[in-house]
Amino acid sequence: MTNELQHLSTKVTDGTMTRREFMSKAAALGVSAAVATSFLADAAYAATPVKGGTFKMGVQGGESTNSQDPATWASDVPIAGGFCWGETLAYAGPTGLEPRVAESWEGSADAKTWRFKLRQGITFSNGAAVTTEDILATMQRHTNEDSKSGALGIMSGIESMRADGDVFELTLAIGNADLPYLMADYHLIIQPNGGFDDPAAAIGTGLYTLETDEPGVRMTFKKNPTHWAADEMGHYDTVEVIVLNDATARTAALQSGQVDTINRVEPKIAKLLGRAPNIEVKTTSGRGHYVFIMHVDTAPFDNVELRLALKHALNRQEMVDKILQGYGSIGNDMPINEAYPLFDDTIPQREFSLEKAAEHYKKSGHDGSPIILRTADGAFPGAVDAAALFQQSCQAAGIPLEIKREPNDGYWSEVWNVQPYCASYWGGRPVQDQMYSTAYLSSADWNDTRWKRDDFDAMLFEARAELDEAKRKEIYSKMGRLLNEEGGVMVPMFNDFVDAISSDIQGWETNPSGPQMYWTAFAKTWKA
Amino acid sequence: MHPILKLVAQRLSLGIILLFAASALIFGLTEILPGDAAQAQLGQAATPESLANLREEMGLNRPALTRYTEWIGGMMTGDMGNALSNKLPIGEQIGKRLGATIFLASWAALISVPLAILLGLVAVRYQNRWPDKVISGSTLTFISLPEFMLAYILIFIIGVKLQWAPSFANVSPDMPLLEKLHAISLPVTVLTLVVLAHMMRMTRAAILNVMQSAYIETAELKGLTSFEVIRKHAFPNAIAPIVNVVMLNLAYLVVGVVVVEAVFAYPGMGQYLVDAVVKRDVPVVLTSGVIFAAVYIVLNMIADVVSILSNPRLRHPK
Repeated sequence: MTNELQHLSTKVTDGTMTRREFMSKAAALGVSAAVATSFLADAAYAATPVKGGTFKMGVQGGESTNSQDPATWASDVPIAGGFCWGETLAYAGPTGLEPRVAESWEGSADAKTWRFKLRQGITFSNGAAVTTEDILATMQRHTNEDSKSGALGIMSGIESMRADGDVFELTLAIGNADLPYLMADYHLIIQPNGGFDDPAAAIGTGLYTLETDEPGVRMTFKKNPTHWAADEMGHYDTVEVIVLNDATARTAALQSGQVDTINRVEPKIAKLLGRAPNIEVKTTSGRGHYVFIMHVDTAPFDNVELRLALKHALNRQEMVDKILQGYGSIGNDMPINEAYPLFDDTIPQREFSLEKAAEHYKKSGHDGSPIILRTADGAFPGAVDAAALFQQSCQAAGIPLEIKREPNDGYWSEVWNVQPYCASYWGGRPVQDQMYSTAYLSSADWNDTRWKRDDFDAMLFEARAELDEAKRKEIYSKMGRLLNEEGGVMVPMFNDFVDAISSDIQGWETNPSGPQMYWTAFAKTWKA
Repeated sequence: MHPILKLVAQRLSLGIILLFAASALIFGLTEILPGDAAQAQLGQAATPESLANLREEMGLNRPALTRYTEWIGGMMTGDMGNALSNKLPIGEQIGKRLGATIFLASWAALISVPLAILLGLVAVRYQNRWPDKVISGSTLTFISLPEFMLAYILIFIIGVKLQWAPSFANVSPDMPLLEKLHAISLPVTVLTLVVLAHMMRMTRAAILNVMQSAYIETAELKGLTSFEVIRKHAFPNAIAPIVNVVMLNLAYLVVGVVVVEAVFAYPGMGQYLVDAVVKRDVPVVLTSGVIFAAVYIVLNMIADVVSILSNPRLRHPK
């Protein structure tokens, strides 16, 4: 029962339970009010960070091919490690951008010129002082014509960059009010001379320094005592990132106390795991979404009625219940949800309706030949099952949907962005502009629905340079409605990030940008 | 030249030719696979521009034959080159990985081989009586379970519930030996249980086969106890088939344990090879593939040599 009470009291401190609820639950356990209050006091006491110890993270998404070069990062383990040893200009925190290497920033009135002021007196872990030349070189390495960086796609549209004393200045061809968010991309960790000399040296300005690196196995880190915020963040002496790709191994490692936290708890076991006395499951609704994408320029998907028929035949709630086990929310055929700033919640939700699906299907005049949907579990967890559910409801509406299962291996090169209709996943972006620019702009490399509309592009650019938030919200609302009605993207669901931690971990908060407090659990939590 | 040495020399040269053939075959297969290392690295974040730059840097634009001969040339001079994906030296990485694999395999072998042979002998001694039935029944049960299933059951009972052993094999190079052994106790147990039945059944069958011979009857009539009959007369004559199956299982312990490695997050060769295939890191795939092939070839050669040495008629050919 003591365990139970402690478990409940942590819920009060992290805000998932009110004090009143706690007292009534404690009473139900047969505990007097005085005793229960003392537990609450203990929990509140534990809210003062404790220094020291080791934080062990069991993380899915690491391979023996991983490198410490930020330009190459695409999976969770290298990103988790990168946040330990490096910092970007700004960080996408739970409530907005937090300054890191840049102390502050300001944009010009047309949002075309942005000036980032370097934090004074900070040094790299090799002892060298950080200069704006390093920032400039970092940005150049990710954007120049030789760039092999995963960030190249989002960094287009920069006209010029320069280092001006302690200010890094960036000029854009088209104004972008959200530019600082781009600078928070995890690829853009500031490195000495931009990493041109040794991109994988793992030298940065992070709270920790890399001690050992065994790709695909583990990384260990030691506290960097010279960090500018070493007093407020980074309470642990050492941090370990352990690669645990197998879901059962990951869960077992947490249960047996070999690690303090794990990412990607499988939705089907999350409820069971949360019942264990020494473990807490933490869910965060995010911006990542599962999609079925149609190329709007390829028959039969060039027919808007057929697209609508398919969208109406999608039973979104069923998918959230069965594929995500409730750890997520339904989508509305646009890549944006309430986790985005300036989201318009008055856009009507598309309802599941077999009649409407059948009606639109009839209007489309489709010849009845099979419509092929390609899927693989590598597209998103449960994609094959989701496709099967979708096929069932299509059948009920008289739409001849056929599933073609593809191998996971090579899915992103051979199927996604190649085949006209397939299952896929989008990780989401911190702001609407970035999401739309990445995948729905005519000229975007990742326009995986072939959505090429001049009016849509024009609205995107207009919103980008618009500093009046009400006006921007209005434009984004129009864009969302347009995609919802005519777009090639079907969004059955937005998935939650499901992490689990050991109960002695304190100071957990949620961040919609990613799992593990968007990879700052190591910096902001401590062990009671 | 002694016939055995001649055989070894012959086998070795044949083995080298086989290794070349294997590497050519593996390279051909990796060429057929969809995508390449650049595409695999960038994944969903690929743009035509970054792909082209990365291909250029990795040297993927050159003809296949050039890339293959370059790799062969490197291997000949003992330089395994660098991985395409993270640019780390392949030799150093393989050294660590192969060391870890062999460490796990040797402890599994050290326990399973003597245990299997002993159990086989006991089963023969009590043929068709309860010890035989218990031994055969239990080992066959373990071999019938998929290895990951066996691993999950052990993780749940021993790792999570009883907490006698770590649930995953968290080993690092600078760990003391005893700690390492504690860390790998679960994977070693799983591997032992998986290979036990095959070797034990073969031992049992080979000895039973010999037991039908006339000289065994003579030995029994001399008044030897049944264990002595087995030890002195039956077992030496059954060595050849036993060694063959032992070598086959040793080869499995080195090259076939990728599932066990994955479940216990053990940093061995299997995981390394699988990651390299997924990321289309061809030099790593080639090097690992050739090492696996070499393990098979060498172990087979040892099996043949031991069979010959254990048979006087082959040892001293007329």
